[in-house]
Amino acid sequence: MTPPTPSPAAPLEVTDEDSATPAKSSAPKGNESRSPGRLAWSRFKRDRTGVISAYVVVLFFVLGIAAPLIAKLYGKDPYTTYGMNTPGLLNEFNFPVKPNGGISSDFWFGIEPQLGRDVFTFLFYGIRNSLLIAAAAALLTTLLGVVVGITAGYLGGKTDYLVGRVIDILLAFPQTLFFIAFWPVVLAIFVSPEENTPVWLTVTSLILVMTAFGWASIARLLRGEVLALREREFVEAAKVTGASPARIIFKELLPNLWTPILIQATLLLPTYVTTEAALAFLGVGLQDPTPDWGVMIQNGAKYYQDDITFMLFPGLSMVIFVVAFNLLGDSVRDALDPKTKR
Amino acid sequence: MSNTTPLLDVTGLTKHFPVKGGFPIRRTIGAVQAVDGLDFQVSEGESLGLVGESGCGKSTTGRLITRLLEPTGGKISYRGQDITHAGRKDLVPIRSEIQMIFQDPYASLNPRQTVGKIISGPMEINGIQPSGGREKRVRELLEIVGLNPEHYNRFPHEFSGGQRQRIGVARALALEPKLIVADEPVSALDVSIQAQVVNLLQKVQKDLGIAFVFIAHDLAVVRHFSHRVAVMYLGKIVEVADRDDLYGNPRHPYTRALLSAVPEATAEEDAPARERIRLTGDVPSPLNPPSGCRFRTRCWKATEKCATEMPPLVQVEGNKPGHLTACHYPETQETVPAPRAAKDPEAAA
Repeated sequence: MTPPTPSPAAPLEVTDEDSATPAKSSAPKGNESRSPGRLAWSRFKRDRTGVISAYVVVLFFVLGIAAPLIAKLYGKDPYTTYGMNTPGLLNEFNFPVKPNGGISSDFWFGIEPQLGRDVFTFLFYGIRNSLLIAAAAALLTTLLGVVVGITAGYLGGKTDYLVGRVIDILLAFPQTLFFIAFWPVVLAIFVSPEENTPVWLTVTSLILVMTAFGWASIARLLRGEVLALREREFVEAAKVTGASPARIIFKELLPNLWTPILIQATLLLPTYVTTEAALAFLGVGLQDPTPDWGVMIQNGAKYYQDDITFMLFPGLSMVIFVVAFNLLGDSVRDALDPKTKR
Repeated sequence: MSNTTPLLDVTGLTKHFPVKGGFPIRRTIGAVQAVDGLDFQVSEGESLGLVGESGCGKSTTGRLITRLLEPTGGKISYRGQDITHAGRKDLVPIRSEIQMIFQDPYASLNPRQTVGKIISGPMEINGIQPSGGREKRVRELLEIVGLNPEHYNRFPHEFSGGQRQRIGVARALALEPKLIVADEPVSALDVSIQAQVVNLLQKVQKDLGIAFVFIAHDLAVVRHFSHRVAVMYLGKIVEVADRDDLYGNPRHPYTRALLSAVPEATAEEDAPARERIRLTGDVPSPLNPPSGCRFRTRCWKATEKCATEMPPLVQVEGNKPGHLTACHYPETQETVPAPRAAKDPEAAA
């Protein structure tokens, strides 16, 4: 209705239309009727940790998305072996000549030993690839988990039993081990071992395998929530007025499930970032020429006894990202569900 | 009461909940006979009270009428239309005419929806577009139930129990129903608030001519609210009568026992000290109800006949028309109840 104008301005205007408007404009103000989204937003804005974390997370995503642009402005790319092409950058042991990993005005984060690639662009491209994979996997996992969980919880009976057992089996698997063992098998279905695996296939299968093993915990959580909610009287009230199952699920149940869904999703993404990096580190997943957080850490691990710089950049940036994302998740939960606030 | 087709006609309504058990293959090993053969009618604009102790099947009856539950047997017809096993699609035209008010005002409102959304939801589902828009109608409804229309955008958690129940009433009224099933609408409320909500319901009932099935365990509330009262015991109706008839001339021993348990605030000087009938024992399990008359295990008049023959719900001798009692040995007005097994005068004093 009326924009929240500062109070000093109001008396000037009210005087001429005193009798007509006050009944209309003053009452809602006193009643503070604000939409739930805006209430949550204002709560979130007051949470300083959350806001700072949000900025950090957004910064990482912007850096990842803008990596090609940054590389272009910076004038280098992550694939060229500058150290081998330009003499004087690497010494006879193929280590950077300059201290601290060869940080210089040309190479802001230094250059890699052996191949002499630029660490700065490699890191941003790595962030880009890692976040892309993790975000896609988290999105798919959440979607699948929500659909399966709500279906099982709402339908109940045999469907619920069946889904429950599948979830039990999936959660009983040692996941990381299974990735390592199972992933090459999945790849072999599409590409013969002699051929080079195309990167897109690696990425797709990574996302699919992570999704296939990740949805179970979300589904189980949501199934429980739906079981508790569907017996509540407001669901019966909706049924009495003739609501369709779709309406009950989307309008009555889902709004009550956003909090667990959001919390799970925000916890999932950093987990997937680390999982993906761990897999790359172990040699499963993305392989060396493709820039990736895990690949970088793997490379850094080779040299950290001589120069820790190569470990420092990917490691630190990942820690910062994961911590910020987890803190953001906490703040989002506090904002959405003020009752669970510490 | 008119003699035309009743608004709601229930005959032989039965609901048995299967009890599953066994290992490794789960199978039905029994049934909770929550409701077992109910017959009653509700006329237009009439209010029928449904009383009985916990677990006697009152709420199940309410949920069967609103078709939240599927009846095991019997027939429910609304305005002559059989809705016993109607699916969701078939019920669409009837949904807006039969509404429900729930017991727990804390669970019956979606915590994530504003009051406006909660009350306009039924209109949205049924595609009703009132003149002046839904929001205007919601504000009207809020005013009818005695809430501030400006609370439109508030959330349920900002309201007290009584206010929440008023929101529930407004939601039930949104579709302009002909019949409202009120499932213990005040039992979750503070006593001081109960009267307000009951009065609101009474006002709504009178002003809008809505028929009510009023489920309660509080006899005083039912007496205040209902035109007719049905007393339930263990899934069966034991007595139905007009309000004054039932409270003044209870014929079934169980009704008499129930009424004697109501504390009286005004004791008349010359009136003889009221005898309190104390029922011994517990309500038998609905898994395995007693044969014949279901009340016989706790009745002081029970004989062989009661164990073998189920008493029909009929107009027994000395009843006014419309006063039905299911008892082989109905009480009479004159006889002061002389409980044999179940009396303890010293303790009652």
